[in-house]
Amino acid sequence: MNRHQTKAWLYLLPSILFLGLFMVYPLFDVLVYSMEEGYNFASQTYFGVGLYNYSYVLHDPYFLQALKNTFILVIITVPISTGLALLISLGLSSIKFLKDLYQTIYFLPYVTNTLAVGLVFMILFQKTEYTDGLVNLVLSWFGSSPVDFINGPYWAKMFVLCFYTIWVVMPFKILILTGALASVNPDYYKAAKVDGTSAFRTFVRITLPMISPMMFYLIITGFIGAFKAYSDAVALFGTDLNAAGMNTIVGYIYDMLYGNSGGFPSYASAAAILLFAIILTITCMNMMVGKKHIHY
Amino acid sequence: MEIRLQNLTKKFPNRNKKISNDVIAVDHVTFTIPDGKLIGLLGPSGCGKSTTLNMICGLETPTDGTIFFGEQDVTNLAPEHRGVGMVFQNYALYPHLTVRKNILFPLENLKGKNKLSKDEMMRRVNQAAALVQLEELMDRKPAELSGGQQQRVAIARALVKMPHVLLLDEPLSNLDARLRLQTREEIKKIQRSTNITTVFVTHDQEEAMSISDFIVVMKSGVVQQIGKPQEVYDDPANLFVAKFLGTPPINVFSGKIENGMLVIDGASVLPLEAVLKPLNQPDTSKGIDKSKAEQRVVIAIRPEGFVPCNDGPLCCDLQGVEVMGRDISIVAQHAACEAVLRAIITADTKVDSANDTIRFALKPEKVFLFDYETGERIRGLV
Ligand SMILES: Nc1ncnc2c1ncn2[C@@H]1O[C@H](COP(=O)(O)OP(=O)(O)OP(=O)(O)O)[C@@H](O)[C@H]1O
Ligand SMILES: [Mg+2]
Repeated sequence: MNRHQTKAWLYLLPSILFLGLFMVYPLFDVLVYSMEEGYNFASQTYFGVGLYNYSYVLHDPYFLQALKNTFILVIITVPISTGLALLISLGLSSIKFLKDLYQTIYFLPYVTNTLAVGLVFMILFQKTEYTDGLVNLVLSWFGSSPVDFINGPYWAKMFVLCFYTIWVVMPFKILILTGALASVNPDYYKAAKVDGTSAFRTFVRITLPMISPMMFYLIITGFIGAFKAYSDAVALFGTDLNAAGMNTIVGYIYDMLYGNSGGFPSYASAAAILLFAIILTITCMNMMVGKKHIHY
Repeated sequence: MEIRLQNLTKKFPNRNKKISNDVIAVDHVTFTIPDGKLIGLLGPSGCGKSTTLNMICGLETPTDGTIFFGEQDVTNLAPEHRGVGMVFQNYALYPHLTVRKNILFPLENLKGKNKLSKDEMMRRVNQAAALVQLEELMDRKPAELSGGQQQRVAIARALVKMPHVLLLDEPLSNLDARLRLQTREEIKKIQRSTNITTVFVTHDQEEAMSISDFIVVMKSGVVQQIGKPQEVYDDPANLFVAKFLGTPPINVFSGKIENGMLVIDGASVLPLEAVLKPLNQPDTSKGIDKSKAEQRVVIAIRPEGFVPCNDGPLCCDLQGVEVMGRDISIVAQHAACEAVLRAIITADTKVDSANDTIRFALKPEKVFLFDYETGERIRGLV
């Protein structure tokens, strides 16, 4: 190692120490926990080492339900929220009048507390003895019978959860995308116009490639965020998510640690490692697809 | 194709509430660009060159006035129907496409009966690329090209549609001095070989003079003078044009007319008749009244209008002599001159730089008179 490299490592030392202590070590520790079979929290002892915890988690119906819920949430909300955000930002960047007002309105959900928004959603969707909720009122105008979105059928609850998630994640995406759109040099559009490029072709061949790094960033973080969803479900359906059948993977991990059925750090660790593996795989796949389509 | 601009005006609404007036970027511009010629649109920054060009292109709609391409009124025609190719100041090459795809892009837009076959497109792309000598660079991205190469790609992209009119907005401003010289020659060559009517915008007077068939000098949205470069240089319409053209710039003196003589700082330098020709019909707006006893004027003298001469009438403080090979440049100072005075003389004239002062005689054809207040040229005697 030459002097130059020594210096470089020296400069990196603080962040390496920090990351090691708070990121790498816990991750490693979780891996160790997940392998320890029959771990007893009180006595800190265990019987043996193996993959039993994983097998337990993978056979636990609650985990499978959480896995299914999470995947549905990811597959529905990431494309819809990104696509909608793109449409809205395109609209925002092509209007001049009242642009600031609209931008503020679209950004409001981002600065509003998740639980407060959850409360509003409950009021909108929940069916109680006294009222069917605002959404059901609107539905009844179209001759539909009232649906209980909060305690009712699975699809209704899933719909509310997806709706809510999209609603919450969109402002940030709109913010990023309006910024990305504004940073595209207008000369490209002028050049395209002189050449008689249609609006659609301009969008596909010029705008999209130009904002592709930002789109990519949003998709990756969108996937990761949706896989880690938890508080949204709590805000809507309360803390007993297993009973509601609306648990997510992170919710399952939490329940295994601290919930009513909790006190099983080994199972929680195994589930956490599984989530980590899923996110890693999806992100790698994204990266591979991204390499071909992203133009920096 | 001949381009005719009539009373072309562009106003931009003012967003600054304190000033209520609109910004008049182009003010009643009228001129004709003959078919197949290269004209240079010249003026200082912010004078409305780009706006004029954008209106010819169709990217901006004029507030007032009309644009004719040949016999057709194109004022309200969309840019893609005008048959124009445009090269932007920063080239606006699509960074994610290769050179080939960049040049191909305009062709892929053609629809309906204008649609080309794949082979025909490739043929046209190769032809355009060959014209600007880009054949070897076709698979590179714009970021992998030098400034001059990018500029050639931009020209090829503008030419590939075979436009009737080529518009260039300061295409050389991003290049270094040597490349600029080389590229402007190339533009001239391409223009000659294709014979496309070309409008070339620049704020560099030397650039405009060297390649244009005609130059149009603008200031604050108003056309100051139109003509062949040499004619405009030799016969400027006003002080602005005289100052704008020529390096080193023209030397401006405040002077007087006394008893039929031009007087600078008390010294009679030339008889009035040498500089002004008598006007036949009395035209008081352009001429000067000889009978008036005394009148203040601006006297502007081109650097090459000075002749060092021991009994010359104009006496200046000599500051230095710069040898430039073929020529020498004399730097001097004079109380009536706005800035440092620069004279260019041939190198065989001997100048003793040890002297404190130097005396000049003047070449009358290099001396111009301007109205003291308006800066308008005074051409003749009444
Ligand atoms: N979109 C606009 N809104 C308001 N004013 C504008 C707009 N575009 C140009 N102007 C004004 O119009 C005038 C002419 O601008 P233009 O871009 O034509 O100048 P230019 O001669 O091309 O200058 P440069 O050499 O710096 O490119 C300037 O005073 C400018 O401030
Ligand atoms: Mg300009």
